[in-house]
Amino acid sequence: MTWLSDDAVARLRDVTELPDLSGTRYELVRELGRGGMGVVYEVRDRELGRAVALKACDIVVSDADRLRREAKIVARLEHPGIVPVHDVGVLPDGRLYYTMKLVRGARLDAWAREPRGRTDVLRLFARVCEAVAFAHANGVVHRDLKPENIMAGEYGAVLVMDWGIAHAAGEPFQRAIVGTAGYMAPEQTRGEEADARSDVYSLGAILRFLLGERLPRALEAIRARAMAAERDRRYGNARELGEDILRFLDGEPVSAYRENVFERAGRWLRRHQVLAAMVLAYLIMRAILLLWMNR
Amino acid sequence: MSIAPFPTTRRSVIVALSSVDVAERARAFDTLLACYWKPLYKYARVAFRRTREDAEDLTQSFFVRAFEKESLASYDAAKASFRTFLRLLFDRHAANEWKAGQRLKRGGGEVHLDFDAAEVEIGRDIATSITPEEYFQREWVRSVFALAVERLRARCSETQFAVFEAYDLDDDRAVSYRELAQRFGISETKVTNDLAAARRRFREIVLDALREVTATEQEFRAEARSLLGVAQ
Repeated sequence: MTWLSDDAVARLRDVTELPDLSGTRYELVRELGRGGMGVVYEVRDRELGRAVALKACDIVVSDADRLRREAKIVARLEHPGIVPVHDVGVLPDGRLYYTMKLVRGARLDAWAREPRGRTDVLRLFARVCEAVAFAHANGVVHRDLKPENIMAGEYGAVLVMDWGIAHAAGEPFQRAIVGTAGYMAPEQTRGEEADARSDVYSLGAILRFLLGERLPRALEAIRARAMAAERDRRYGNARELGEDILRFLDGEPVSAYRENVFERAGRWLRRHQVLAAMVLAYLIMRAILLLWMNR
Repeated sequence: MSIAPFPTTRRSVIVALSSVDVAERARAFDTLLACYWKPLYKYARVAFRRTREDAEDLTQSFFVRAFEKESLASYDAAKASFRTFLRLLFDRHAANEWKAGQRLKRGGGEVHLDFDAAEVEIGRDIATSITPEEYFQREWVRSVFALAVERLRARCSETQFAVFEAYDLDDDRAVSYRELAQRFGISETKVTNDLAAARRRFREIVLDALREVTATEQEFRAEARSLLGVAQ
């Protein structure tokens, strides 16, 4: 039997793991990163002469037509916060692959390592919700939202990536567990069909990742509603979640939390500080005036 | 669309080891032997510093008894991977043999293994500070890949294998596609295509081999990830 040196074994590991791109229009450039569901490579599109990102997934697809139908629906998502899927297909070994725009910048998990103010984080999170809400409005569920799939730009721009395993409403449900532990909704871990509320759960988990466990009550209520175990108790879609975040940022009451009278007063005061200061100043002046007149 | 984690073309030999069909059981045993004898022999020689004679006897007696007593059928996939189970079984066997101070008599019940080749390979080992478990794992990977290379040799064209051997197995990495094209009298495009085809086939063979030597889908995926960095 052939003896294989340590170098040969290492090389064989590499070459067997690399995606076989024969029969595609792509040439391998380098590995960009790996996640729970596959490996992302930089490849060159020979036909268009441009660099794109290719993700080779660890799932084998048996119905390529169905995959292409879904890809067409996902490809229609034109939004500044969504990195579109260019192409989708099946590698010669049966693995699913898709290509998407090659994005350079900081992933959300890296972005969050820098010290950030809560308001900045929430503004960015609201933009993520807005991008996902656009997909939901078009009947598309992402199914694998997590910080690693979101890029944060320099001026607060966000890009939600990895729409390759997104599911289009109306297509038959595929019984396979897709998603990432920690961000995956309970129904996904049970192998049930994911819907917009499953993405809402993942967004809630991202919010927890970004801000930690100790949150103001109203914000904690938003997170808890997004991550409710039963999907009927969650926000219906990313738009509803994003709207509650914006209400919180604007100092308005949020739908996820019923305030008591003191909290309402406190929030009103924070929101109308100038008016409150003017009224207070007026009352003090009136009191001084009354005291002076009654002297 | 139905999504399957991996193609399931091969039946697990671990399942086949419990078969009532003696011929099927023997075939399964042969596959296990091909994958595991060398890692276990080297494990005894290098990790436990056994003499060549001791390691030969241990390896032979282990496989003979494992087949005769059907001790491999006691494997419980819920407790450990088959690879770990086999190594622990081998450890126990070695300890028992040591205590008894006895050796299997050469002759009847012997399995024929090429220990000379294993010794040559041990001589090529580069000294590293790894644990016995890591050493066994490393040699198991080498054994699975070597088995896959042999199967590939039989299943692809002569030129495809020659290109694969020269480019992926040979430690001389300076060779280019152009040089290979000249060496084999083919075009560079054919070198590219042959190499891609051989690698694709090699990958399939490795996955098939893993499917054979694992008992459950979960174990198969774990081993595939460990070997090829895929799955889960």
